[in-house]
Amino acid sequence: MAQAMGFFTDTTVCIGCKACEVACKEWNQLPATNGGANTLSGDSYDNTRRLDGIHWRHVRFVEQFTPDRSQGRWLLMSDVCKHCVQAGCLEVCPTGAIIRTEFDTVVIQSDVCNGCRDCIGACPFGVIDINPASGTAQKCTLCYDRLQVGLEPACSKACPTDSINFGPVADLKKMAEARVGRLHGQGETRAYLYGADEKMLGGLNSFFLLVDKPEVYHLPPDPKMPTRRLKSSTWLSVLGGVVVGLAGLVSFRTRGSRP
Amino acid sequence: MADSDCVMVMGSNMAENHPVAFRWPMKAKVNGATLIHVDPRFTRTSAMADIYAPIRAGSDIAFLGGLINHVVNDQRWNSDPFFKTFLLHYTNAATLIGDDYKDAEDADGVFSGLMEYKGGAPAWPYNGFVGQYDPKSWGYKRPGSGSSAQGEAAANTARSGEVPGHTGEGPKSHAPSGKEPTSATPGGPPFDALVKSLLKPPAEKDETLQNPRCVFQLVKRHFARYTPEMVERVTGCPKETFLKVAKALLDHSGPDKTCSFAYAVAWTQHTNGPQVIGCAALLQLLLGNFGRPGAGIMALRGHASIQGSTDIPTLYHSIHGYMSAPSALKKHDTLRDYLADETVATGYWANEPKFMVSYLKSMYGEAATRDNQFGYDWHPKILGDHSHLPMFVAMNDGKVKGMLLIGQNPATSLNARLERAGLRKLEWLVVKDNWVHESATFWRNAPEVKSGEVKTQDIKTEVFFFPSAQIAEMEGSFTNTQRMLQWHYKADEAPGDCRSDSWFSYQLGKRLKRLYAESTAPRDACFNRLVFDYEHDDAAERQRGEPDATKLLKEINGFMTDDPGKHIASFGDLKDDGSTTCASWIYCGVLPAPDQNRAASKRPDPPGQPGAQLNWGYAWPANRRIMYNRCSADLAGRPWSERKKWVWWDEAQKKWVGYDVPDFATTKAPGTPAKAGAPGMDALSGTEPFIMKPDGRAWLFVPSGLVDGPLPTHYEPAESPVRNPLYKQQASPVLKYWKRPDNELVQPGDSRFPHVITTYRLTEHYLAGAMSRWNPWLAELQPELFIELSPELAAEKGIKNLDWVRISTPRSRVRAKALVTRRLRPFTIDGKTVHQVGMPWHWGYEGIVTGDVVNELTALVGDPNVTIHEGKAFVCNVEKA
Repeated sequence: MAQAMGFFTDTTVCIGCKACEVACKEWNQLPATNGGANTLSGDSYDNTRRLDGIHWRHVRFVEQFTPDRSQGRWLLMSDVCKHCVQAGCLEVCPTGAIIRTEFDTVVIQSDVCNGCRDCIGACPFGVIDINPASGTAQKCTLCYDRLQVGLEPACSKACPTDSINFGPVADLKKMAEARVGRLHGQGETRAYLYGADEKMLGGLNSFFLLVDKPEVYHLPPDPKMPTRRLKSSTWLSVLGGVVVGLAGLVSFRTRGSRP
Repeated sequence: MADSDCVMVMGSNMAENHPVAFRWPMKAKVNGATLIHVDPRFTRTSAMADIYAPIRAGSDIAFLGGLINHVVNDQRWNSDPFFKTFLLHYTNAATLIGDDYKDAEDADGVFSGLMEYKGGAPAWPYNGFVGQYDPKSWGYKRPGSGSSAQGEAAANTARSGEVPGHTGEGPKSHAPSGKEPTSATPGGPPFDALVKSLLKPPAEKDETLQNPRCVFQLVKRHFARYTPEMVERVTGCPKETFLKVAKALLDHSGPDKTCSFAYAVAWTQHTNGPQVIGCAALLQLLLGNFGRPGAGIMALRGHASIQGSTDIPTLYHSIHGYMSAPSALKKHDTLRDYLADETVATGYWANEPKFMVSYLKSMYGEAATRDNQFGYDWHPKILGDHSHLPMFVAMNDGKVKGMLLIGQNPATSLNARLERAGLRKLEWLVVKDNWVHESATFWRNAPEVKSGEVKTQDIKTEVFFFPSAQIAEMEGSFTNTQRMLQWHYKADEAPGDCRSDSWFSYQLGKRLKRLYAESTAPRDACFNRLVFDYEHDDAAERQRGEPDATKLLKEINGFMTDDPGKHIASFGDLKDDGSTTCASWIYCGVLPAPDQNRAASKRPDPPGQPGAQLNWGYAWPANRRIMYNRCSADLAGRPWSERKKWVWWDEAQKKWVGYDVPDFATTKAPGTPAKAGAPGMDALSGTEPFIMKPDGRAWLFVPSGLVDGPLPTHYEPAESPVRNPLYKQQASPVLKYWKRPDNELVQPGDSRFPHVITTYRLTEHYLAGAMSRWNPWLAELQPELFIELSPELAAEKGIKNLDWVRISTPRSRVRAKALVTRRLRPFTIDGKTVHQVGMPWHWGYEGIVTGDVVNELTALVGDPNVTIHEGKAFVCNVEKA
């Protein structure tokens, strides 16, 4: 395998221009919501609302102002598939449509996907959804086709402020750690890396620099593999079976007692 | 900007509207620079800023004036020799102003010379002035001039002559001195004797800066009332925030640090827009932030080549290379008259006769000879203000028969109902654009047609639509904000009938020439004599009728008249005798040889080395990247500091050297004295960096060239909810306003229209949307028109997020969805709560996503220097729909 490639998204220099969203759509030829005739969401400047089958990059806008405006921030963050080292989607896919590439990225092969939606539920980040144009599950491919010919992904290429950085994950981690150190030195002590650590699903090949709690960016603080929940789920299933059985018994009894 | 230690963005939402250029301030920030944003709204630029200072729309001069007052009273500023040296030697701080000058300080906010407007031609009553200044008293004091100071020479580009007394150098041309050559003197060329005759005695100075009539003392006194308390009262910005900004600017200015400013149309679109920019320039000069790396003021241009369209102008008042358009209102009867009126005898502009004659040669070729004044009589002359606003007023009066609309969409432009009414008066209209936009369908889909107020069958305008080729379908150059030309190549064929704009102009010009070919009428000579040959060498392109972009560039760059294969390498080689042909002197050198298109050069400097990227594109003039860069060295020609090194004097080589092309006479030593009585560059000493100015110095006080005062002064916008807290004078006494029933203004404090409104653009769309609302990927990002308002105002009006809201002004009313956000805030202005709302103006009635035309709310009211409208600050009412 070639070295692992990924994204380091530094949210402190994101200007919310959405060039990444548009570059992604243009390269991957994704349709627009309702042919472009979308509606205003009323949620700051975010009108595409979330990552889904036709939005593989999504810029989130978080307005944080005290009522007297003495404190105020507008957090901007370009979200994307995390290309987890331990990827739940890949694990649950029944058809083998989801593969790990030679770049250690996670890609859904549209022609193998049967649209069963298992991966949608398995992704702890809510990244995947059905693309209505293809009827299959889709998400960011980290521009697999571009990587294969030595080009960087469309979104990072378009990013004017280098908020989205693309490269070997090992290099990106070094860059990100230096950036956090620099921000701390400049007084931005809230800066930290999300997903750079192996503890989070073995490490996210697409990780982030944040300045507030993950939940503020709609990111799970402690994402889990679907199999991690298997043990409790198993017990729940057993319990469920017992309940159903009991209910059946009760129901039979009720029927039996009918006059 | 990447070299700046502090970047102040004001009058611009740079992150949203210039996101690609914004990478440079962000690079500075990542390297530790302080980023400041001063703006009425908390925008995506504010989100990146270390300091965000909120101000009420239209109060910029109060804020900047406050900074000036703070700086001149600052202890470090008064003790660090850097500031003093820069001020004394590189600006006109020491120059004395004539005794007749009266400052705004002494006359409740107006300057000496205010009078009733009496200018203009009877045939063109559309200049729009409500008053005018006689600027004579603003001039420098000169020996022998006694108390009546003379008007000052300036390279006047912003004047069409509609204000009497404002022609380049009033007294010089209209009251000739004894030295003025008579008819006995040959008319020229050469024009050296003429230029020499225009010389004036040097102005008086007080190098101790103590004389109350010296510029520095006048500036200090003028801004004394702009205290931090006053700033808070006028702008609504908390005093503490203002002081933080002042401290950041001072802390990051000096011999080893620099601050830069960036502005865009939020500074210009006011009834005193140029004065706002002048105010920032004054501040930056006080701080020594000019002509140095990471310094200066970046004028962020809108379109990809809007800079190019002022260099090779689509402007009515200016011809190529910032020379004034010949005007019927000035003494421009002959070429000699024109040159006598326009040429500034000292500084680099003394070469104007060479630029003008070379330009006329490019227009009329062989037909332009010494005997016929190089065809000067064939050149069109302007009659007054022919800019956008007066043209549409004239159109409504039936004075305009037809219009070519190329890349414009006036159906969504200022006071849009009035402009659409103008379109209905035209006999014909050509729309050349990418999409069939609002101006192409105003006769069918405009709101007044939909409502039945106007009937399609009553509109007689014949509309023609020409589809445009896109940028990747043609070859040519862009000139960007940094004055840099970059060549782009054709990547694909345009589909169907789509053609480039140059195809359109070329084909139209050729056909007009054909129509006039048989005419012997003298007035048609302008067509018959015009050189217009750009036939493409490529057979396929010639077949399509596309002109050859390189041939256009060659004419712009210039060549030897007798030997067209020999191109001009530098504007220093231009002559006033017709031996050189050059359309735009400032672009000389971009194509120094037929096979050397320097705009196409794309070689970056090696990484990690200091440099000016001189092989990336070509920046006019002479490929300089920082203008007036003599300022980057001290009086002796040494860099102010190692950190801010840029160009310097090399004693061994006896010339100016550095990373950049020096913006100075290359071999003029720092110790060279000014030559008394000499014209041109010899009149400037080795320490006077501003070579385009007649006195070689930057002007803190502007003795000539502006029609609305020599010093920036806070006036309220034409429409304001408050009285001017600073002066009795409410608004600019000389603003431009076209009084018509469909262009009514709100009187100050009218309670029916209590809110300040500002209009703007978003990253996701472009202008009126003709390049974005037809694109699904952009349309989905910002699909609907909205109004941003604070939760406080929303609560007062019972408006909830996403409710429909009606916004009204005396001109019209529109509907939009509410976006309630704390990014907007109520201001306390002069003790009174003032709410402010904001609306993007990208929508119209065509496209994938549509919405009301916000510009229906704006008025035709503007600045007197350049006739820019006031779209950034006016008043409205807001109600739940």
